[in-house]
Amino acid sequence: MSELSLERGLQAFRQEMDAAVAAFFSSCVHCGLCAEACPFFVETQDPKYTPIHKLEPLRLVWEQEFTLWGRIKRTLGLSRPVTDAMLAEWEELLYDSCSMCGRCSLVCPVGNDIQYMVRKAREGMVAAGHAPEGLIGAAARAIRIGSPMGLKFKTLQVQIEHVQADTGLEIPVDRQGADFLVLLSSMEIINFPEYLEAIARIFEQVGITWTLSSEAFEATNAGIQIGSKDIARELVERVVRAAEKLGVNNVISPECGHAYTAIRWEGPNLIERPYPFRVFHIIELLDEWRASGKLKTEGKESDRLTMHDPCNLARKSGVIEQQRNLMNLVAENFVDLKEHGRWQWCCGAGGGVSSNERATELRMRAFKRKKAQIEEVAPERIVTMCATCRTQLEEGLEENNMSIPVVGLTEMIAEHLVDAKSD
Amino acid sequence: MATTKTLGEVLRENGVTRRGFLKFCAATASLMALPPSLVPALAAALEKARRPSVIWLSFQECTGCTESLTRSHTPTVEGLILEHISLDYHHTLQAASGDAAEHAREDAMKENFGHYILVVDGSVPLANPGYSTIAGITNRVMLEEAVKGAAAVIAMGTCAAFGGLPGAAPNPTGAVSVGELVKGKPVINVSGCPPVPLVITGVLAQLLTFGTLPALDGYGRPLAFFGQSIHDRCYRRPFYDKGLFAESFDDEGARKGWCLYRLGCKGPMTYNACATMKWNQGTSWPVESGHPCLGCAEPHFWDAGGFYEALSVPTAAIARTATYAAVGGVALGAAMGILGRTTRQKATAQRQPVSVDELEQTP
Amino acid sequence: MINPMDFLAWVRGPAFDIALAVFVVGMLVRLLEIFLLGRRPNYAQARGGEWGPGLRTMVSRSLADPGTFKRAPFNVIVGWIWHVGFLIALLLFVPHIELVKKTLGIGWPGLPNPVVDAASAIAIVALVAMLIHRVQHPVMRFLSTFEDYLTWTLTLLPLLTGYLAYHRLINPYPLALGLHILSIELLLIAFPFTKLTHAVTAFIARWYNGAIFGRKGVRA
Repeated sequence: MSELSLERGLQAFRQEMDAAVAAFFSSCVHCGLCAEACPFFVETQDPKYTPIHKLEPLRLVWEQEFTLWGRIKRTLGLSRPVTDAMLAEWEELLYDSCSMCGRCSLVCPVGNDIQYMVRKAREGMVAAGHAPEGLIGAAARAIRIGSPMGLKFKTLQVQIEHVQADTGLEIPVDRQGADFLVLLSSMEIINFPEYLEAIARIFEQVGITWTLSSEAFEATNAGIQIGSKDIARELVERVVRAAEKLGVNNVISPECGHAYTAIRWEGPNLIERPYPFRVFHIIELLDEWRASGKLKTEGKESDRLTMHDPCNLARKSGVIEQQRNLMNLVAENFVDLKEHGRWQWCCGAGGGVSSNERATELRMRAFKRKKAQIEEVAPERIVTMCATCRTQLEEGLEENNMSIPVVGLTEMIAEHLVDAKSD
Repeated sequence: MATTKTLGEVLRENGVTRRGFLKFCAATASLMALPPSLVPALAAALEKARRPSVIWLSFQECTGCTESLTRSHTPTVEGLILEHISLDYHHTLQAASGDAAEHAREDAMKENFGHYILVVDGSVPLANPGYSTIAGITNRVMLEEAVKGAAAVIAMGTCAAFGGLPGAAPNPTGAVSVGELVKGKPVINVSGCPPVPLVITGVLAQLLTFGTLPALDGYGRPLAFFGQSIHDRCYRRPFYDKGLFAESFDDEGARKGWCLYRLGCKGPMTYNACATMKWNQGTSWPVESGHPCLGCAEPHFWDAGGFYEALSVPTAAIARTATYAAVGGVALGAAMGILGRTTRQKATAQRQPVSVDELEQTP
Repeated sequence: MINPMDFLAWVRGPAFDIALAVFVVGMLVRLLEIFLLGRRPNYAQARGGEWGPGLRTMVSRSLADPGTFKRAPFNVIVGWIWHVGFLIALLLFVPHIELVKKTLGIGWPGLPNPVVDAASAIAIVALVAMLIHRVQHPVMRFLSTFEDYLTWTLTLLPLLTGYLAYHRLINPYPLALGLHILSIELLLIAFPFTKLTHAVTAFIARWYNGAIFGRKGVRA
């Protein structure tokens, strides 16, 4: 078995070069506006967290190996070599202080998609052996056990039985030919078990057939977080295999941010072919059913509610209106945060940051940007659609002594179902 | 040959009144930007001036400078002054020819050694002296000998001052200016192709009056006449400033007398007195007639990119350079691009997938 | 000491050929280095188009979002003033238009000279302000390299020498005009090897940005 090394890291950087990356690095004018879009910089005011600076190792490889002038400079000894020490220094910048939220990509005046490049840079960091311990552990557990938190199917089984008992509904497992294959995130299973019950009741009302898979229940993708397409591919392939085996036409990604990005946008490119099925975030599906009238609700929440858009869902996937339509269905006092939708501010925990224990303090500081947004609106409760965001919001609010409950949107919808069964 | 009559005597003999003479002195003084208080001194000096000897050497020239000078050949005071200079040697204007003319020159040089004014028009060929000789004597040799006894040298016209037309690319005769060959004697460059007549006589008046050289610019030209650019004195300047330009000859803008920058006017880079003194005794000058200034008082004006190309247009062969560079750029760029793809392909081909076992090995 | 007319003749002639050649070769190399890398095919089902959103972002990214504007008003405002002022001086000054007309055959109306003069003066002031900001602002100071300061200088010089030449503050005029043209030649030569390429590649980058987000259904 070989070792991770600087050379493998550099090879990974080289493999990630494309026309977009070259155009981006050609255009950066060092204006620093990306820093003003990054909660990690804004809340620490430390210039090293400037987004474009996080990409310096990747940029150096591009300049020195993919441009004429860069090659000349390197021959003349005028450029900084990318060393193992440099990558070690950059580990904090690429993992602890970046959630790949993409806000910098929307703000850059010359159009650099910095988030796109951070994802690529992580490939090199992983291959060079400079990924954080927390993410390595999560990736190892995901590959070997099937869940980054080490959850086994038999634990999920226990929850399934609870829900079946509580609702009187069947939670199908490995049902051949169902309309929808449902994925779950370990975080949800452990922290927010009400999600499973909620979707069971919603699916019952809407009248679709669905199933879990005992071989691929995990939606999250530690490979995406750590930035290794090898690991990411293996995790996606499990889902694809299960979906194909069960003959489903649709796969549902749960209330999670990066899981959706993984399966919706990266998955087909990891396996290098289109899926034979469609992929939805649960919120997309719920809104489709709302629009077609299949989802029937009654009553509205009356307290002052605001919403936190998960970056992977809103800014990075375009699912922005759907959650608002659903909110207006079940809430009469919904007010958006001032910068919301594609402009919303990251909670600070995505992109693997919350799995990285070393980054806890930094993550809590980044949260202050979210805190400021929430204080501006002064809600009584916050609604969101991602388990990681939800956990971060709860932790952050508690640490700042703000008692604002955080709820999941699917769960809220389910509470307002016009149904025969009670809660 | 010098005569014994002074200028004042000659003028009076020819019916020029004292008043007329003083009016001329006042005009000349103001031309040289001298205060009115100096007019009496100017008048006194001119009156007493004895005809100095002037030797005029014509080398590679077109005789245009002489033509310009002799446009003053009318019953005017300037004309009389010029008659009052002892023009001891001048190819076009002298009566003598052949050996007699050369002897006259040599005698004048000997008699007035150290005091004569040497005027030179035309450039001197250095590539092959045979291009221009007089009585078998090369221009260069004749110049060197004449300079020895000269009090001052006036390089008349752009050819003598800067090399002029013969010196224009490719300069087959190896033409050089007078100033390049004369060392150790004061040289006044009176450039222009040809120079303005009044400029010529103004310089002579300065020498006659003060016996000193006028203040000269960086090119050795009298500041009194070459200190201002055409652009700064042009009556069409307000149109330049307002952005109103003639686009082609005889178009609406041209007929309205708008700025001629776009038609190639070299006024901004040219220093001469045309815009104020004008030509033909104040009749007009090129821009007023609707033609852009050629920049004829400046060195290399023939090679300044074309008379009808604006000053802002480079003289380089832009289209050709850009085409060759484009071909070269595409070739080099394609090579670099392919090199980049190859680097990436190799990295992909040599890739070893990362495994969790490897990940866990990191310290 | 070279005489001013010879200097002017040299910068308008051979020096311009060299600078133009380096610029054209350099820019073509850079563009091909970018485009020949291409992008991998995308097998994920698209939510939106690429071309339309890409073209849109090429233009719309010039306008800062309200949040960014509030956080970095100096960059946004002075950035605009500099670019607009510089573009007016470059493209709407009649002698410059004449240069383009004689080389490319296309021309357009210009602005009166005093207006261009004012725009140039404002652009110079903006540029100086940007330098001060760059050395004072922690992020910009942190990011800045020798190249940032070099390109600033090479950008200032054409504006400054143009202003001095137009106002005939350097004599004789051939020297002033020669310095102006020389400063542009230095800029052209450095252009393809520095961040100045953003004048062209920013639009390519913006297209990719718009396309990547647009394919996912997000307006970038």
